[in-house]
Amino acid sequence: MGLLGLYQAQFRTTAATHLQYRVESLIWLFGGIVEPTVYLVVWSTVAESSGGRLGTYTSGGFAAYFAVMMLVEHLTFSWIMHEYEYRVRMGRLSFVLLRPVHPIHADIVDNLTYKLMSLIFLLPVAAFLMWAFHAEFAPPLWAVLAFVPALALAFLLRFLMEWTLAMAAFWTTRVSALNQTYYVAVLFFSGQIAPLSLLPGPLADIASVLPFRWFVSFPVELVLGRLTPAETAAGYLAQAAWLAAALVLVRRVWRAGVKRYTAVGG
Amino acid sequence: MRYLRLAAVYLRLGVFNELEYRGNLVVQVFQSLLGLGTALGGLAVVFSYTDNLGGWAPAELLGLLGVYFVVGGVINLVIQPSMQRLMEDVREGTLDFSLIKPADAQFLVSVRQFQLWRGVDLLIGLGLLGIALRDLGATLGPASALAFLVALAAGGVIVYSFWMMLSTLTFWVVRAENILVIFQSLYQAGRWPLSIYPSWLRYGLTFVVPVAFATSVPMEALSGRLSPAALAGAVVLAALLLWLCRRFWLRGLKHYSGASA
Repeated sequence: MGLLGLYQAQFRTTAATHLQYRVESLIWLFGGIVEPTVYLVVWSTVAESSGGRLGTYTSGGFAAYFAVMMLVEHLTFSWIMHEYEYRVRMGRLSFVLLRPVHPIHADIVDNLTYKLMSLIFLLPVAAFLMWAFHAEFAPPLWAVLAFVPALALAFLLRFLMEWTLAMAAFWTTRVSALNQTYYVAVLFFSGQIAPLSLLPGPLADIASVLPFRWFVSFPVELVLGRLTPAETAAGYLAQAAWLAAALVLVRRVWRAGVKRYTAVGG
Repeated sequence: MRYLRLAAVYLRLGVFNELEYRGNLVVQVFQSLLGLGTALGGLAVVFSYTDNLGGWAPAELLGLLGVYFVVGGVINLVIQPSMQRLMEDVREGTLDFSLIKPADAQFLVSVRQFQLWRGVDLLIGLGLLGIALRDLGATLGPASALAFLVALAAGGVIVYSFWMMLSTLTFWVVRAENILVIFQSLYQAGRWPLSIYPSWLRYGLTFVVPVAFATSVPMEALSGRLSPAALAGAVVLAALLLWLCRRFWLRGLKHYSGASA
């Protein structure tokens, strides 16, 4: 059957679950819509009050940025850091460990299934935001094409990173403080609170050394036609380098974590 | 008076409960400070480009953030946990134990569960308000201070009635708490002045989900830009919603049948 067959089977199961709880699935999307919309409104207001433009962004430019950012953030986020602690504490991991494949595969399919299904709802929302706030953007064709692999790399990089961090649950039960710190860092340094070029100096410096920008800001700016081909190539390289580091890390931490894992009962 | 004493009893119970988990206080303080840092950081980034947002000065936005933390703190301190418990009780049939107590059941279920450590947000909010008031001090008269307190009380009543009504839905719908997620995520829109939103969003934040009454309206009262008519409107709406919420609760109770009886 192989990995592909496994992915198909897992896709069907997850899709069925989400269809069962479709209202819940929709409601959970809500927070992901409100936050970018709020920042969209805030930054458009600032742009308008300072002569219609802020850096390279007009108020329509902000509309495009935050509408696309909402989609990219949605497509790349994961809830694994919330879930892992429960898995470890309740011994749910035992069942997963019995399977002959690495549990990360099932999580990836779970995540992608939910994303694909909710996109049906989120795409019209993004289109509405762009229409309601007069979004302006005109990307060249190559940038749109280059966006696809950048988005795929962004998803993988973020997923591996968060899966690694989630494994902190093997060592402590108080993961919520760690999780929240991580979410705040991502909020500021991945371009969700403002485009990174607008962050004040010291914050922008921090953002440039952290990996977060490569999974939200980079694909967004790329598809909006804000990057040159050279910047795009450099972005791919940075994504690939961080991805390689994340792959090594996720394997190391998993091995160490599983050794520590003990299930009660079972 | 008797009801105040009852609320105090539940508060004390909450205190005892949480004193058993003192480590959580550290975590909660940390998370609240992180929330504060996020909010202040967002404001700092915005105000590095402008000195007013939709006509609001930085000190006024700081005050708005204070109100946001105060109201959010009250919600998380007692409203949210109590409503959560109410919905569980209805689902499991254990609401019986509250109904047979010789006090008003709606009151009991509303103050029954305190998550003490979530009150940290309340303190942070008061601190922020204090700082904002010092900066606004020169322009603040007793009239606007009074209007602020009235608007804040009205906002609190409106938010409570809204939560109570949605939770009362649980008598008919099993999973009503999902609707409350919508309020929780929309609430963050209240950190910014209502006037910057386009009219359709402003309307939604005022009348569909009453976030505006909880944060923007009290702060407008404090900075003296709320008209007396708007303040009166908020008070009338609060009274109306409270009355509706009471009627709805009583109807819901009629619909309730315990599980074990």
